Amino acid sequence: MSTVLQLLIEGERLDTAQMATILDLPEADVSAELKRLQAEHVLLGWRPVLNPERVQEDAVRAVIEVRISPEREGGFDRLAARIGQFDAVESCYLMSGSYDLLLFAKGNDLREVATFVSERLASVEGVLSTATHFMLRAYKEQGHLLLSPTESGEKPAVSP
Amino acid sequence: MSDPSQRFVADHVGGLPRSGIRDFFAIVSAMPQAISLGIGEPDFVTPWHIREAAIFALEKGKTSYTDNLGLVRLRTEITRYVENNFGLSYHPEKEVLVAVGVSEALDIALRAVLNPGDKVLYHEPCYVSYMPSIRLAHAEPIAVSTSAEDAFGIDPDKVAAAWEPGCKVLLLNFPTNPTGGVTERAKLEQLARFAVEKDLLVISDEIYSELTFEGEHVSIATLSGMQERTIFLHGFSKAFAMTGFRIGYACGPQSLIEAMMKIHQYSMLCAPILSQEAAIEALKNGTPAVERMKEAYARRRELIVRRFNEMGLKCHLPRGSFYAFPSVEVSGMESIDFCKGLLEQAEVAIVPGTAFGPGGAGFARASFSTSYERILEATDRIERYLETVGSPVRV
Ligand SMILES: Cc1ncc(COP(=O)(O)O)c(C=O)c1O
Repeated sequence: MSTVLQLLIEGERLDTAQMATILDLPEADVSAELKRLQAEHVLLGWRPVLNPERVQEDAVRAVIEVRISPEREGGFDRLAARIGQFDAVESCYLMSGSYDLLLFAKGNDLREVATFVSERLASVEGVLSTATHFMLRAYKEQGHLLLSPTESGEKPAVSP
Repeated sequence: MSDPSQRFVADHVGGLPRSGIRDFFAIVSAMPQAISLGIGEPDFVTPWHIREAAIFALEKGKTSYTDNLGLVRLRTEITRYVENNFGLSYHPEKEVLVAVGVSEALDIALRAVLNPGDKVLYHEPCYVSYMPSIRLAHAEPIAVSTSAEDAFGIDPDKVAAAWEPGCKVLLLNFPTNPTGGVTERAKLEQLARFAVEKDLLVISDEIYSELTFEGEHVSIATLSGMQERTIFLHGFSKAFAMTGFRIGYACGPQSLIEAMMKIHQYSMLCAPILSQEAAIEALKNGTPAVERMKEAYARRRELIVRRFNEMGLKCHLPRGSFYAFPSVEVSGMESIDFCKGLLEQAEVAIVPGTAFGPGGAGFARASFSTSYERILEATDRIERYLETVGSPVRV
């Protein structure tokens, strides 16, 4: 893994100047490396990690299991890419097991997600069946514990 | 204002200086907004699987005393770990004692072997408890200074020069708190020959050994003729980020472990069982987490040392531990004044070198067991502070 990438993962909010100081590189090199990572689609974006329990929007999140029929050329790829195009789909993965695609979907309310599934998704040619599970509550979001974050407030500021 | 009950305090206790760290702590605690590089413990919380083992033990109702020496399961894991990582073999039933941290292990090791008036050689700057622990064992501390020129490794010739009749113990700590110093094999061998020649018992505190960044850690106990005259001390606080569990251990010849056990059984009875259960899990499955933490320390180490040198505070690359030990001499100030000024004017806490003995004069300890952001901000502030207190010579 590139050291810049590693630092991005570890350091979270560091800017390029800070990363340059830490890695002892010219800032231009760090910027160039970030551009390269993006150009090569290693680094896809810079989304903040939000706490779904605190975000002031009543979005509904769901995971959807989708069974699809593979095609003679390309297997699942064409259909998966097509399904992934919908705005409602945040992530789309091919899975092993009793279904093929797992979607993480989002909508403004239950009805919107339900409509997406019945009218858009299920009607795509090649989609055999769907099973939708609505998320009720988030306990951990991308590595961040929401319910009982670690507390270390009582550590003395100076110790031997 | 003298408190009349002071007259009840034992002379050798009353005569001990207060820890320089405690004094400094009192000032820092009044400034919660300060960035502290004064912390002598990992900034990581104990890995979850280890905490979980303690919870599970509690759920199962493990709330009893244990064998004085510690759970046999733990002692067995310790001997396995020490064999694999240090190349030392000990008998789990006779040659291992589980203690309440290396702190207790050191205290009872000293008390078990020292007669009043015996002398203990140790290197300095060093961990704050060494000199007091020696005195509390009614013995006489003899400090051998280490220096920045040797990257704070020990010079065996200086040890030989400091030796005098009555010396019984040589106390070592590599990698060293506060300097990050280590001593190469050749010098350890010379030291070992000296210990044999003078019939010294070595007490070796190797609590930072996993956090050795360059080269392989060598325990003096592995050298020829040494295991029979070495008490090897190690623990979980630093590498496994388990300071609050208060658990460590001593390995050594049976009669010495037996003697230490006598003190331990009457003063401590045993180490807390929940911590012992957590320690078993740490030894069995904790190595990947130790490696991850070590890699993080290694990257921060490079950063902090480079920043100190850039701003003119000469700093050697510590070869182990999570402490940088820069010289503050360019400021023209005593280390205590430098650190107090830094705290008051720039709100950054580092620990004056003199807290670790007179040999620390002119230096300060800055822990890099903290986030990149804090290291960056703290070093920027130190740089600005330096500019206000004098015109540092760039190196
Ligand atoms: C060199 C050294 N030895 C021993 C200790 C104490 O360790 P424990 O937490 O195992 O008592 C420390 C803690 O800072 C230390 O730096």
